[in-house]
Amino acid sequence: MPFIPHTDTDIRDMLDAIGASDIDQLFDEIPASLRMGELSGVPDGMTEQEISRLMHERAGQDGSPLCFMGAGAYDHHIPAAVWEITTRGEFYSAYTPYQAEASQGTLQLLYEFQTMMAGLTGMDVSNASLYDGASALAEAALMAVRANRKSKSRRILVPTTVHPHYRKTAHTIVKNQGIELIEVPYCSDGGNTVPESLAHFEGEDITALVIQHPNFFGVLEEVDALTEWAHRQGALVIAIANPVSLALLKPPGEWGGQGADIACGEGQPLGVPMAAGGPYFGYLCCKQPLVRQMPGRIVGRTVDVDGRDGYTLTLQAREQHIRRSRATSNICTNQGLLVTAATIHMSLLGADGLANVARACHANTQALVEKLTENDGVRPLFSQPTFHETVLQFSLPLAGVLRPLYAHNLLPGYDLSQDYPELGDALLVCATEMRTAADIELYADHLNRIIDSQLAAGRPVQPKMA
Amino acid sequence: MLIFEQSRAGRRAHVQAPAQAAAVADIPENLLRGGRPLLPEASEMQVVRHFTRLSQKNFSIDTQFYPLGSCTMKYNPRACNTLAMLPGFLARHPLAPESMGQGFLACMFELQEMLKDVTGMPAVSLTPAAGAQGEFTGVAMIRAYHDANGDTERNEILVPDAAHGTNPATATMCGYQVHEIPTGKDGDVDVEALRAAVGPHTAGIMLTNPSTLGVFDRRIEEIAAIIHEAGGLLYYDGANLNAILGKVRPGDMGFDVIHMNLHKTFSTPHGGGGPGAGPVGVSKRLEPYLPVPVVGLDGDEYYWITEAVRPQSIGRLSTFMGNAGVLMRAYIYARMLGSEGMHRVADFATLNANYLMARLTAAGFDVAYPGRRATHEFIVTLKRQKDELGITAMDFAKRLLDYNMHAPTTYFPLLVPECLLIEPTETESKEDLDAFVDAMVKIQKEAETTPDLLREAPHTLPVRRLDEVRAAKQLDLVWSGTVD
Repeated sequence: MPFIPHTDTDIRDMLDAIGASDIDQLFDEIPASLRMGELSGVPDGMTEQEISRLMHERAGQDGSPLCFMGAGAYDHHIPAAVWEITTRGEFYSAYTPYQAEASQGTLQLLYEFQTMMAGLTGMDVSNASLYDGASALAEAALMAVRANRKSKSRRILVPTTVHPHYRKTAHTIVKNQGIELIEVPYCSDGGNTVPESLAHFEGEDITALVIQHPNFFGVLEEVDALTEWAHRQGALVIAIANPVSLALLKPPGEWGGQGADIACGEGQPLGVPMAAGGPYFGYLCCKQPLVRQMPGRIVGRTVDVDGRDGYTLTLQAREQHIRRSRATSNICTNQGLLVTAATIHMSLLGADGLANVARACHANTQALVEKLTENDGVRPLFSQPTFHETVLQFSLPLAGVLRPLYAHNLLPGYDLSQDYPELGDALLVCATEMRTAADIELYADHLNRIIDSQLAAGRPVQPKMA
Repeated sequence: MLIFEQSRAGRRAHVQAPAQAAAVADIPENLLRGGRPLLPEASEMQVVRHFTRLSQKNFSIDTQFYPLGSCTMKYNPRACNTLAMLPGFLARHPLAPESMGQGFLACMFELQEMLKDVTGMPAVSLTPAAGAQGEFTGVAMIRAYHDANGDTERNEILVPDAAHGTNPATATMCGYQVHEIPTGKDGDVDVEALRAAVGPHTAGIMLTNPSTLGVFDRRIEEIAAIIHEAGGLLYYDGANLNAILGKVRPGDMGFDVIHMNLHKTFSTPHGGGGPGAGPVGVSKRLEPYLPVPVVGLDGDEYYWITEAVRPQSIGRLSTFMGNAGVLMRAYIYARMLGSEGMHRVADFATLNANYLMARLTAAGFDVAYPGRRATHEFIVTLKRQKDELGITAMDFAKRLLDYNMHAPTTYFPLLVPECLLIEPTETESKEDLDAFVDAMVKIQKEAETTPDLLREAPHTLPVRRLDEVRAAKQLDLVWSGTVD
């Protein structure tokens, strides 16, 4: 029997000890009318050898394309040691560290993680993680509403330059609590959120302003001016940042005069494979005065009865298992295993290693943009400086260009037409440190050939914009 | 020692990042970072050794018996991890077109189909990232359903007092008032109190069956009828699905929506506190509200069902599709079990729990509901030990750690004083259960003869009892030293 150790003798002896004639008798409190028949939608069991063969076939079918796509998930090098250690049974198969004395490994690791994230973001404290970047934004919005006691409006400004899936997720999670997420348009020339677009809200009661930096287009925002504006209005600032970028860019804790109040984002770039979208982890950091409004697990250092350092879950009075309907959130897990990977990853890279990764991503994306825009049918869309990712505009219908690139086993970027139809044929591209000059060359060659053949076939061409 | 305390300025694992610091001339000076962030400066071997040693300070299923009630700490088959981490799956970008993910999507579609069958629900969405998010999804759909019907007076969710804390917290997140329903002396929901509580303001009930008290609610059909007659919907908390897998289906009990904890019932790893996965299943009338994306099949092509096709969907719950890698592990587990193995899960989880309950009872321990069958778990109450010996459930729990066994869940559910909620799961052998009984008997003797041994336990772990008051009052959440 798969994963069940009982022998026939065991079963007989156990039933004797219980005083039951057979196992079925143990279910005699369930009304007979409810007992189910055979499962019809579950196939027969497989041996490990059989399932292994099936999974290898399916994994092979998906082709491992050459990836120039970012848009919230990034193809980075992950040191071999990261997942070798993360999947050790002692990390992999442990539960939430409720019994602190028997979980010091996980707890100390989480304390180290919190220290690293606070350092990267320039904030005072960090929690032990949330589900992913988008749900971290939702929790940050709820947290801002709790924390900003002067604001009564429950209105949060969310620029359109924030990842569209983050905005949708936050809406799903906060809408039933009377919280309004108000979109702020971007500058169509620069691709950034300009302080002038906020003038409309001047003097109004605003609970918080969200700033994603670099924004979804890869464009750098005027973080100092935006942060100053929000604080003048009595609004809190929620920063969203790619943690790899923070090795190089000014951290949210230093934006404007006082820094952002809450920083959150997607932890995937720190040692987590893209893996079809998850599991990833969301991080959430804040300034000290807001710590008791943070959602999720938090680990603190303390001492044992002998005065030795030890680690334990703390501030549990905020949480659902104590406070029930008055908890800060219903969340009761973090993404422990992913945080384990990220902590090992950051330890192996260090500040200089991570900065070199960030620099390489930026340089490669620039090289990619230069190469692709050698073709007259492609140009960078926005004028403001970018980091790590850039929007390109095509003079040909994008769908017709992308399909043949897929056929070359290449992921050319993220098509923005669904989320930003006003941008026309616009593609968000990214080349991480994993892409070589030859990879970029290959992309450009394929693209040039496709555009040439489409032009030769007499497809309608939009005039190239100046 | 912390990894930071082992750091030395200038040390690093050189092969793990590009050697060159590429130029970034085009970024404005005011947007660049001034100093370097505090990250460890260590060699690869130091890092490997540090985290390997940390791992050795954990209890885990792979190393210890772990009868943590309501958490279903069963064996996590290694094949599930190895195969979910095949390079072809890890390399898949979440926004890659469907045509480049048919192998992956096939697994997800088939998992949806299997989950429909085992829960008796006609539609499933895999996207909720954990049990608590599955709960949120369930209640948000109940709300969307009432709203769509113009039924906006329904502002209350009923929650039995034995429920997990996530239930009332979830109801609040969805904008509902919480009304607690008491439990009867026999452990079942007090049906008369429920009847008195329902009305035109009732949006629904959140119910765990078997309940957290380790018993199957025998009047479930009556409860379903009461809620439905009042115009409310029934939400099933799948925390205890392992107890009934292959025996009874929530859909057949009358539930309208269910969440499943795949990290419990489908044996995906708990990872020291996540990731989980909390797919939801719904009745036909709630299908339009399912969160997106869902995997569809058109001819022989798998595709994403999004808001465009499901305009009434409650929406998106995470950046991409949820915890795909966890879902993959659950799929592999389900395929290895197959239909026959699936039917056996509840059989042996229940056999193990009832055996352990019978043996502990025979050894003189008090169980909370002695007249009832155990489901996949049961409760021992140590109230007598506390009254007579001044020994608490926490003392027993900590002493068990010295016997190299993880403690059962303590002080939950809140209704039973000095309780241990014990869930052995189906993957433990009779010898392991017997060893647990032996340890409990020895600890009981120690409680009578050398009680301080318990009060000061644990004695054999990396630390002894921790000062939790100090942890909360003198907050130390981030190391504040500097690297040498």
